[in-house]
Amino acid sequence: MDFLQSLRIVAPEELLSVSGIVLLVASAWGQTRRDARAVTWLAVLTLFVAAVMTAPALFNGVRGDAAMAFGGLFSGDAFAAFAKLLIYAAAGASLLVAPAFFEKHGAYRPEYPVLVLFAVLGMGIMVSAQNLLTLYIGLELNSLAAYVLAAFLKPDERSAEAGLKYFVLGALASGILLFGMSLTYGFTGTTDYAGIAAAVSGGPVSKGALFGITFVLAGLAFKISAVPFHMWTPDVYEGAPTPVTTFFASAPKVAALALTMRVALEAFGPQAAAWQQIVIFAAVASIVVGALGAIGQSNIKRLLAYSSINNVGFILLGLAAGTPAGASAMLFYLAVYVAMTIGGFVAVLMLKDAEGNHVEAIADIAGLSRTRPLLALGLAAIMFSLAGIPPLLGFWGKFVVFQSVVEAGMVPLAALGIAASVIGAFYYLKVVKIMYFDEPAGKVTGKSDMVHEWLLATCALFISPLGYLITKCLTALTTIAAGVLFAAA
Amino acid sequence: MDGFPILSLMLAVPLVTAFICLAVDAKMARTVALVATLANFALGVVLWCQFDVGGAQWQFQESKELFSGFAWKLGIDGIALLLIMLSVFLMPICILASQSIEKRVGEYMAAFLVMETLMIGVFAAQDLFLFYIFFEAGLIPMYLIIGVWGGAERIYASYKFFLYTLLGSVLMLIAMIWMVQEVGDSYIPTLMAYDFAPEAQKWLWLAFFASFAVKMPMWPVHTWLPDAHVQAPTAGSVILAGVLLKMGGYGFIRFSLPMFPQASADFAWLVYWLSMIAVVVTSLIALVQHDMKKLIAYSSVAHMAIVTVGLFAFNTQGLEGSMVVMLSHGLVAGALFLCVGVIYDRLHTREIDRYGGLSINMPKYALFFMLFTMASVGLPGTSGFVGEFLGLVGIYQQSSLVAFVAGTGIILGAGYMLYLYRRIAFGDQKNADAAAMPDLDAREWFMLAPIAAVVLWMGIYPESFLAPMRNDIRYVETRLAAAKPAGDAQLTAGKPVSHDKHAEHGGAH
Repeated sequence: MDFLQSLRIVAPEELLSVSGIVLLVASAWGQTRRDARAVTWLAVLTLFVAAVMTAPALFNGVRGDAAMAFGGLFSGDAFAAFAKLLIYAAAGASLLVAPAFFEKHGAYRPEYPVLVLFAVLGMGIMVSAQNLLTLYIGLELNSLAAYVLAAFLKPDERSAEAGLKYFVLGALASGILLFGMSLTYGFTGTTDYAGIAAAVSGGPVSKGALFGITFVLAGLAFKISAVPFHMWTPDVYEGAPTPVTTFFASAPKVAALALTMRVALEAFGPQAAAWQQIVIFAAVASIVVGALGAIGQSNIKRLLAYSSINNVGFILLGLAAGTPAGASAMLFYLAVYVAMTIGGFVAVLMLKDAEGNHVEAIADIAGLSRTRPLLALGLAAIMFSLAGIPPLLGFWGKFVVFQSVVEAGMVPLAALGIAASVIGAFYYLKVVKIMYFDEPAGKVTGKSDMVHEWLLATCALFISPLGYLITKCLTALTTIAAGVLFAAA
Repeated sequence: MDGFPILSLMLAVPLVTAFICLAVDAKMARTVALVATLANFALGVVLWCQFDVGGAQWQFQESKELFSGFAWKLGIDGIALLLIMLSVFLMPICILASQSIEKRVGEYMAAFLVMETLMIGVFAAQDLFLFYIFFEAGLIPMYLIIGVWGGAERIYASYKFFLYTLLGSVLMLIAMIWMVQEVGDSYIPTLMAYDFAPEAQKWLWLAFFASFAVKMPMWPVHTWLPDAHVQAPTAGSVILAGVLLKMGGYGFIRFSLPMFPQASADFAWLVYWLSMIAVVVTSLIALVQHDMKKLIAYSSVAHMAIVTVGLFAFNTQGLEGSMVVMLSHGLVAGALFLCVGVIYDRLHTREIDRYGGLSINMPKYALFFMLFTMASVGLPGTSGFVGEFLGLVGIYQQSSLVAFVAGTGIILGAGYMLYLYRRIAFGDQKNADAAAMPDLDAREWFMLAPIAAVVLWMGIYPESFLAPMRNDIRYVETRLAAAKPAGDAQLTAGKPVSHDKHAEHGGAH
């Protein structure tokens, strides 16, 4: 009976694993272009069904024991549901944009959607984990799929390099994370989040457990590409095929950040002071380094990589606040961030020259507003939104984060963070300047795919001022989801 | 008209037509934009006619709980009404002035129409965050206007404009968040009536000051203005000088003064000193400019310093004077930029030395230019005099030193403006091409004549403009009354001479 209940809770994960395996087997027989497209559509359908299965947990605000599966290893609560919905949406989008890109290189294979499905499964486990070991299984499942995805474009050296870099540094980070987990286990006697929380809640936290949390956070900082563990991001984002980069910049970021929130607020929630300094440092450093690093970039994918480092900094500010409002703000920002990131990379995918080759140099998009006005408008909206300029929705994402920081009484931190955001505005403006002020370079003339156009339009509408109309509903959901993390309090 | 959302309509008209402009060809876009701005001006006239002078403080209120965290709350008082009128009045003129724009007309008109929506939004917003959104969003169209249609140095100027003003504003945002958390409401009238702790007021005042001082702009953060003004197209300069600079002054009178009266009094010295330096320094800089637009841009900074001085005089005359200077400067500086635009369109240079003796071949132009020069100088009978006189009277009660220095600025102002006028309109026709320029055409008449009429109206019968805002100024003054620092003027009421004595005196003769 109890086991059946558990199986019901992990139903989305079951669906993903079963269809992943079935599609994998099927793809052994079908390697043509048409088969690959069919597998892609089936994978998208799977994600959609999984999302439908996940949504009730969020809307009903499921939490606590009702969500617990397998004796407290896994939780299908509202928080996990919110994160999963974002992950499914992001993964679905990166599947939809993939065929057109890979077919150009003659390298599209049905393994791509299958790998994405497994990565998504891993991410679902990450955000639902209630135990350090569950966490690690989810993380590795996601990472192993991701390493392969990064190197998916076999003939391209840059892609192989990205895969190798991602693998080596990722393995190192996993090692650091495991080391932290073993220390935590050694000094608290358990790998269970609730157990750790109970163990550290009485009195000052022991030196060993402090080392444990530090290493765990360092390992996770790698996954979310927070400074000082961000060095791999620009290289991998640039080298990986653009649809894969779209995926890396969105879904795994959501998963790793949600995971970080869980570890910090649930497992180490009673000892917020122990990790707050680390998070504040990582947040401010990410904002500044992300902003400064982007200024000199000439490749738009590298620029977006630094932009994602910068954005992670802002999201971490919400964690630094350590309050329900902060957690809710993080989730809101994440939702907006996913839309901006996918929109941004889809726009990059749409930049093609006359032969259909992809254009990545920023200088080549000069004068885009005259050759492709709508594309330029969409990209400009995303740039202003990333910079946090009202009336675009990116502003409201930053706003709620800063609001939570101010409410937590950390006004100087808020002032510092927001002042640093002005540095970031500079390079977003640069992209707009090149598109609007410069004479057309005449490079970007190729036609774009229908799917890309629709995705970009959807993202652009979401971050446009019209997006404010859904802030009420979105805020209600993030509040429910964030409330789960503070059940004990 | 009761309950009709006229403010929302005024916001919607330009926004919707902006999208239309993007879709149609250049000629059509010009017509559409002109019709839309004229329609909005008509709505503005309706607004003013319906405005109940001396009635409720806030009128035409609208409220809809559309968003999380803030609400769609609009409403205006007399101060906002006048500034909205200024915006909708200048807008059609800007569209007319943009005839010389040849490239990307549709986008240009769209940017201006969006700008109009945002300007009206800033003055009509009654929710603190809604205000901020309008206030900041204005950066985007202005950035594009300067960057796409500006002069040679447009890119540098557009960056400088954007980043300067953004840095100023983000700190204000943090202060706003703190205030709303403290009060528990983002409704501006509630915040205006709330008494913040004196210690908190200081920080909040400084944060707001960082934003408004840049927008205003005050010395030494004014350096974006000459660049932006010079590089922007004519209509862009008109909007910048006419309305965008007023957002700083509006911010002071709506937020800094009534919300933080104690801090305003404590920091008045800072404003005084910055303003005194600004008046003298920028006037002297204006005196040596060779570029007409730059000269007028520096004169804007000097005029804005008179505004800040008047605002921080803490009395009715000062506050009313500042408002009138703002309105008058909006018209006059706008008109002066238009005058520069008129001859720039003919000769494509703003170099003062390239002109001369224009009163011979362009007499009508010279007449208008003289009127606006005199209004800028503050000649009685023009709008400039009313504002500057009230402002100086106000500050004289507070500090005679500041009044003295600010007065010097007005003399210097007369110096550089008359010098400019002499070099352009009088003297020999030393340049053949300048001498061959034709006089004003019908379109230019339509641009300049309405402004000239209003400048004279405001100068001769300022009551029309003072009446709507009288109660609102009084409200600000009552908020400031408790904190008002003692002035050094030591005013004593004069002793009226009695009639008997007068008669006696007369009899002695």
